[in-house]
Amino acid sequence: MTVGTTTGTSATGTTTGSAGAPSTIAQADQPRAGRHLLSIADLGAEGIDEVMKLTDSFVEVSSRSIPKVPALRGKTVVSLFFEDSTRTRLSFETAARRLSADVMTFSSSSSSLKKGESLRDTVQTIEAMGIDAVVVRHGGSGVPWQVSRWVHGPSVINAGDGWHEHPTQALLDCYTIRQQQRARGIKSVPTLQGLRIAIVGDVRHSRVARSDVIAFAALGAHVTLVAPPTLLPASLVGWPVDVSHDLESVLPKLDVVYLLRLQKERMIEALLPSLREYTATYGLTRQRADLLPEGALIMHPGPVNRGVEIAAEVADLPASVITNQVANGVAVRMAVLYLLLGSGVDLAAA
Amino acid sequence: MAKRERALAPPYGGVFVARTTVMDGEDVRRATWRMAHEIIERNPVTADVVLVGLQTGGVWIAERLAQVIGEVTGDDVALGTLDVAFYRDDIGLRPVLPEATTEIPLDLTGRTVVLVDDVLFTGRTIRAALNALADYGRAKSVQLAVMVDRGHRELPIRPDYVGKNLPTRRDEMVDATEAGVVIGDVTAK
Repeated sequence: MTVGTTTGTSATGTTTGSAGAPSTIAQADQPRAGRHLLSIADLGAEGIDEVMKLTDSFVEVSSRSIPKVPALRGKTVVSLFFEDSTRTRLSFETAARRLSADVMTFSSSSSSLKKGESLRDTVQTIEAMGIDAVVVRHGGSGVPWQVSRWVHGPSVINAGDGWHEHPTQALLDCYTIRQQQRARGIKSVPTLQGLRIAIVGDVRHSRVARSDVIAFAALGAHVTLVAPPTLLPASLVGWPVDVSHDLESVLPKLDVVYLLRLQKERMIEALLPSLREYTATYGLTRQRADLLPEGALIMHPGPVNRGVEIAAEVADLPASVITNQVANGVAVRMAVLYLLLGSGVDLAAA
Repeated sequence: MAKRERALAPPYGGVFVARTTVMDGEDVRRATWRMAHEIIERNPVTADVVLVGLQTGGVWIAERLAQVIGEVTGDDVALGTLDVAFYRDDIGLRPVLPEATTEIPLDLTGRTVVLVDDVLFTGRTIRAALNALADYGRAKSVQLAVMVDRGHRELPIRPDYVGKNLPTRRDEMVDATEAGVVIGDVTAK
């Protein structure tokens, strides 16, 4: 772990290798784990904390009348999205623009992929244009990792891959919980130590759940998964979690209830008898929301299926911080982009 | 401590070894007192003045100046803090992370801003601060107060209020705190 101002290594993507001291070029040739953000596990508690601290500064930047700083002037960020997305893509692009980076948007439907160009050739074409970061979302687990093996200069940021991970979502979730704790007067909470968090719903298909479990547990929270057996992963060996199938017994003890979207588009097998039955057993209805202790938070990664995993009125309760999550997403992604492209600080443990 | 300066100069994050004390706590107190009076003399309408301390070394000086100006004039002087990390021109050349948060409580348009820092050296921090300030409104004027001017400017920047002019070697380090001003060297950890 080399987070902190003591390291002299430069994490900038010197794509063309034209500038920089000789030592920088020599280091750039070495593969560095800290150059990419592929999994939340790369960060560890210390790395997550570094991102949280920096996010505070970017929340301040975002609150100004001119929410823009020149930190990444001259850097280029490409968003490479092979899956539909509204908030993640817009959030990354807004973050990059607020750092004064240039943004290129790639969408698979209007690209040469349609002409049969392979993913590798597409990535290398983009890299040849001289870019500093690629933000990748793909339906296949591990694609960002694969892209990170192919590229030499740019940083690769995982914006969601298959059922695997969505690290920036986990970062913004951790930040939102900490922000809410601070707003409630709990000062200097560096971790989520001792918090009881339940993740409810389609854990099996959820990359958000996988990243969140790692992040919440790394920061010391106690995580319970609540889902029907068919929507849990085939194996939970090594997951630092408890499992329950009874939402109502879990709710009264929680600090945070985290609802996952029921991913209808991934329901190829018949995993549920019906949506109505799911809502009846696992949906956060008004009655169930009343079981939550005073001050507990309701979170959701979006997009929300109102009336399925969460009742429409519950999503609008004061306890619901769903819009805060979206707002913090921009600041968290600014922090990630700045750490990878600007700060000169290695983000992850080597 | 001159934390920022130490982070900027190689060896990054080295250890400061004090050599000579050039101002003691009393000297620093008097210099602050004098600078506060100079600020009042030059800006008779102190209600329009905003003192902005640069994170982290300039913040305590800005607080002292505000306190003295308040005692002398009876006006509450607005106080802010500024971290210039995202405006620096050496991002990518060395580790640059914010040290603390920026907090400017009001629109600077039409106000007189006094930037406050501990040690003025190359002037690059102040250049970054001037750019940062522009994002908070169009100040009527911007002035600069520093506890120590140690020379070696790399940009056309000149302080308006100086605690002490201190000739130094480029590789020395100056540490300015409430307890005093010390010259020393930085050695690798």
